[in-house]
Amino acid sequence: MSLAFDLALCILILGAAALAVFGRDLFGSIVFFIVYGVLIALAWITLGAVDVSLAEAAIGAGVTGVLLIGAWQGIRDGGGGEPEAPTPWPLHLAAGGAAAALCGVISFAVLSLPGHDGLAGEVPENQGALELGNPVTGVLLGFRAYDTLLETLVLTAALAAVWSLTPSQFWGGIPGPNHVKPPDGVLASFGRMLPPRGLIVAVYLVWAGADAPGGAFQAGTVLAAVWILIVLAGLRDEPRLSRLPLRALIILGPLVFLGVGLIGMLLGAPLSYPEGQAKPVILVIEYALTLSIAATLALLIAGPARRR
Amino acid sequence: MSVVELITAALLAIGVFFYFAGTVGILRFPDVHSRLHALTKADNLGLMAIVIAAGLHFGDGWIAGKLALIWLLALFAAGMAAQLVARAALSPEHNA
Amino acid sequence: MEALTDRSVLYALTGAGLIALGFYGFIVRRALIHRLIAFNVIGSGIFLLFGGAAYFGGGVDPVPQALIITGIVVALALTAFAAALGVRLAQDGDEDDDSDDDAEGGP
Repeated sequence: MSLAFDLALCILILGAAALAVFGRDLFGSIVFFIVYGVLIALAWITLGAVDVSLAEAAIGAGVTGVLLIGAWQGIRDGGGGEPEAPTPWPLHLAAGGAAAALCGVISFAVLSLPGHDGLAGEVPENQGALELGNPVTGVLLGFRAYDTLLETLVLTAALAAVWSLTPSQFWGGIPGPNHVKPPDGVLASFGRMLPPRGLIVAVYLVWAGADAPGGAFQAGTVLAAVWILIVLAGLRDEPRLSRLPLRALIILGPLVFLGVGLIGMLLGAPLSYPEGQAKPVILVIEYALTLSIAATLALLIAGPARRR
Repeated sequence: MSVVELITAALLAIGVFFYFAGTVGILRFPDVHSRLHALTKADNLGLMAIVIAAGLHFGDGWIAGKLALIWLLALFAAGMAAQLVARAALSPEHNA
Repeated sequence: MEALTDRSVLYALTGAGLIALGFYGFIVRRALIHRLIAFNVIGSGIFLLFGGAAYFGGGVDPVPQALIITGIVVALALTAFAAALGVRLAQDGDEDDDSDDDAEGGP
């Protein structure tokens, strides 16, 4: 693809970001933010980073967009949607000056960077030990598995933090409004048709993630989308948050990951994999992580319990 | 330009036209339901034209099959989303 | 060593622009949703800067790619918590200040 396409895409990205940040209407801003996320995903594809693109489209645009819409509704229904007070002009001036300076300094730094080949040479060289064809999965679950382990713990911690905001009379109850109704029409049949296909896509994404773009986070997001779809279509209600199986599901992935890491300690170093068995072990971790990420993302979107 | 290239270009133009029509519809139609109508109809047809064009361009059965699958999934997803939006717009609590 | 490729510089500069735009918006916008959007724009700007600078002829270096995916998930976790805080604040602000604790004390 030519540089002209890149230039057009970059201008579109900046435009969408400006509309999202400076839009008058909150809902319109959220819509432009989702558009912005999809454009960023497109940018990652043109850069050849398909894994990042999938993550950005699914999590950055999709899940964040749904979360923001939910928050917008919640704040409006709670009576917090008053029009914002205008910001005084000296603040605009100071913030604008600081932002321009920031942009200038970073641009200067970028323009003075030397060329490089990165670690793109080293990763495939050491990839053989992990028996994975996708270098990004290799980095995520092999060379920098610490980061990924802590990242899943951050997600779990965020869910705990969101739950801590539950009003005490609803603790352990059911999140979200009740959508359950007798199934009828297009919504019910599509709501039944899409989930099995979503499951297949998710299983495939984890399996393919070993050798091609994909992986636990992308697959987990697809599963979370299936979950939300079923709830929105009115086929099943959200689960009661105090249920033990649900809580076990949330910590399954991090526990398996941590367990493998600790066993690795006995074998040599923390988070090292047994020689010759790296790929099966990584796949077990990834499938467990996928289930936990799916449950955590879906419950993050559902928010704290609102019913008993 | 070969015949295939001409057909591909024509299909792309048709696809772009439908997307453009859908966008105009979203911006100009008065209420949620007619906007939804413009968006889903135009986008599905536009995507179909572009998918066929891409299939012809690559001239490979596997790629064409995958593209067709993408179109089908997009159809189902768009139908589902349209239903959800339409219902949300109909229910009294959201008319405030 | 040669300089970065044109495309690399283009995306990294776009990232710099997004960081500045998000930073400005984060300060001047008052509504929580706008601030969350600005925060996410800063985040993806940093990712684009990072990924763009890590781009070379054959694609993006896989190590930054993995770090960026981690970053996207962490940004989501923060956004979710901030959104939940905002909703709770709006709900509590609706009730009278003197009755808020009693209203939620029941079993």
